[in-house]
Amino acid sequence: MDLKDLYQQLILDHGKNPRNLGKFENFNKDAKGHNPLCGDKVHVYLKLDENKKISDIKFEGEGCAISMASASIMTELMKNKEEPEVKELIDDFLKMIKDSPELSSKIISEDEKTKLMSLSGVKKYPMRVKCATLPWHTLVSAMTDKPGEVNTEKED
Amino acid sequence: MNIKDIKKEFPIFDNKVHNNDLVYLDSANSSQKPKVVVDRIYDFYTKEFSNVGRSVHYLAVAATNLYENTRVLVQKYINAKDPNEIVFTKGATEAINLVANTFGQKYLKEGDEILITELEHHSNYVPWHYLRKSKGVKINFADVDENGDISIESIEKKITPKTKILAITHLSNVTGAILPIKEIIQLAHSKNIPVLVDGCQGAPHLKLDMQDLNCDFYAISCHKMYGPTGLGVLYAKKKWLEELPPYQGGGGMIGEVKKEGITFGDLPNKYEAGTMATAQVIAFGESINFINKLGIDKIEEHERELTKYGEEILRKNNSVKLIGSPKNKGSVLSFTLDGIHPHDIATILDEDGVAIRAGHHCCQILHEKLGLAATARASLGVYNTKDDLDQLNSSINKCIKIFNS
Repeated sequence: MDLKDLYQQLILDHGKNPRNLGKFENFNKDAKGHNPLCGDKVHVYLKLDENKKISDIKFEGEGCAISMASASIMTELMKNKEEPEVKELIDDFLKMIKDSPELSSKIISEDEKTKLMSLSGVKKYPMRVKCATLPWHTLVSAMTDKPGEVNTEKED
Repeated sequence: MNIKDIKKEFPIFDNKVHNNDLVYLDSANSSQKPKVVVDRIYDFYTKEFSNVGRSVHYLAVAATNLYENTRVLVQKYINAKDPNEIVFTKGATEAINLVANTFGQKYLKEGDEILITELEHHSNYVPWHYLRKSKGVKINFADVDENGDISIESIEKKITPKTKILAITHLSNVTGAILPIKEIIQLAHSKNIPVLVDGCQGAPHLKLDMQDLNCDFYAISCHKMYGPTGLGVLYAKKKWLEELPPYQGGGGMIGEVKKEGITFGDLPNKYEAGTMATAQVIAFGESINFINKLGIDKIEEHERELTKYGEEILRKNNSVKLIGSPKNKGSVLSFTLDGIHPHDIATILDEDGVAIRAGHHCCQILHEKLGLAATARASLGVYNTKDDLDQLNSSINKCIKIFNS
């Protein structure tokens, strides 16, 4: 195990200064997520425009560096993505964080892939995987208008 | 006490964690087990096993005697008047559920009030919560002060003519506050209110005397006392155990069973339905022997000195904010680091073999009051040394370095 894999500069930077932190006026989808074991909380807000494209996305939350960085990187990547792309990226990320060695999606640039892969260090820390996946499960919930709060203890 | 020798009695410390010596600072969560306790479980299963209290064969009689010996050991350890005041449960949680359930069933009605405190572990709040729905009772919370303490006055303020029971912790698992429970019990009794003490953190660290404390119920978690998991003790005054209805029904707790009706067994069988955690009970006897051999006074003194040392070095570390500075503090050091989430702290410390807990420690009410989602917590046991606390401090510094790099 190597802490440097987990706490890469990019993670620490996004953890300390999360991008897209906050709420905006005209969101039309949102969902809350909660990890009852550690208390991490996230609330994702997004605007899905008439072309089913995420025209804006922000989040509010509190939690560890991993969960904050994950939400920050996720919101950066999802801006201006269309619904099928959003789905593809979520699936790709969740697969990578669980067992797949890399990302297979072709819709993001190499730089964006590197950014997303900075979260892969969490794989060696099974207790921390849920920190990384919480914002992504919450985004799924927002996109699909799933009622209720995402709870890490009830998700895969 | 020679701590190095004591540490040798705990086989877990022979193992490395991420190639480092284990610095175990999570005893408030669960303590490690001395070899005598582990061996006792093995010996019982390999040489002496039988169910207890039922058959008349040789092994059954011997096992029953061993089982009952632990009851007497516990009785003496906490200075209860009668061994029948000791009920084995599956944990302190079940002990509190037993009281909440049976006391609630028999004595509580709509509008009655239960008084607890903002310091309580979920296990001394959630069991009472069910009575809100089933009985329509109200739960009041005595305020915790800025030091993480509960004063007698804060209890007195929340007592009303409708208060029917007070359930209160002996030692907070977050702020470390040791409550003046003897005085609190006297106050409650002066108003005819029985008292349940959650002794999960009290029993492993403080000398107990039930007759002196005069509490009505005292719940103990055996795995926090160098004992096996799956076992708790409920101490209850005999009059309560006689008056309250049984908690669970099943074998072993009955008097006579007929189609028309059932009578229940005598104490303590009335509250021990089904096959109990026999091996754990017998092994817990060795935990008590282990504590008695060292002397709880000596353990208290050692832990007090260590807690003071830990507080000193952590206070000197400007990045550390200690949570709670109660008048009388048990061996719990909860803290936060500015800008670093407790879970990140715990992961980084773990890399050095330093085991702490991070989170809300099953005390969400308290954390909400403190305005914190989570804290990091180092908690001590008899095997800890000043070196362990120095390692904690240096790993905390490493953590700060990683985050400020």
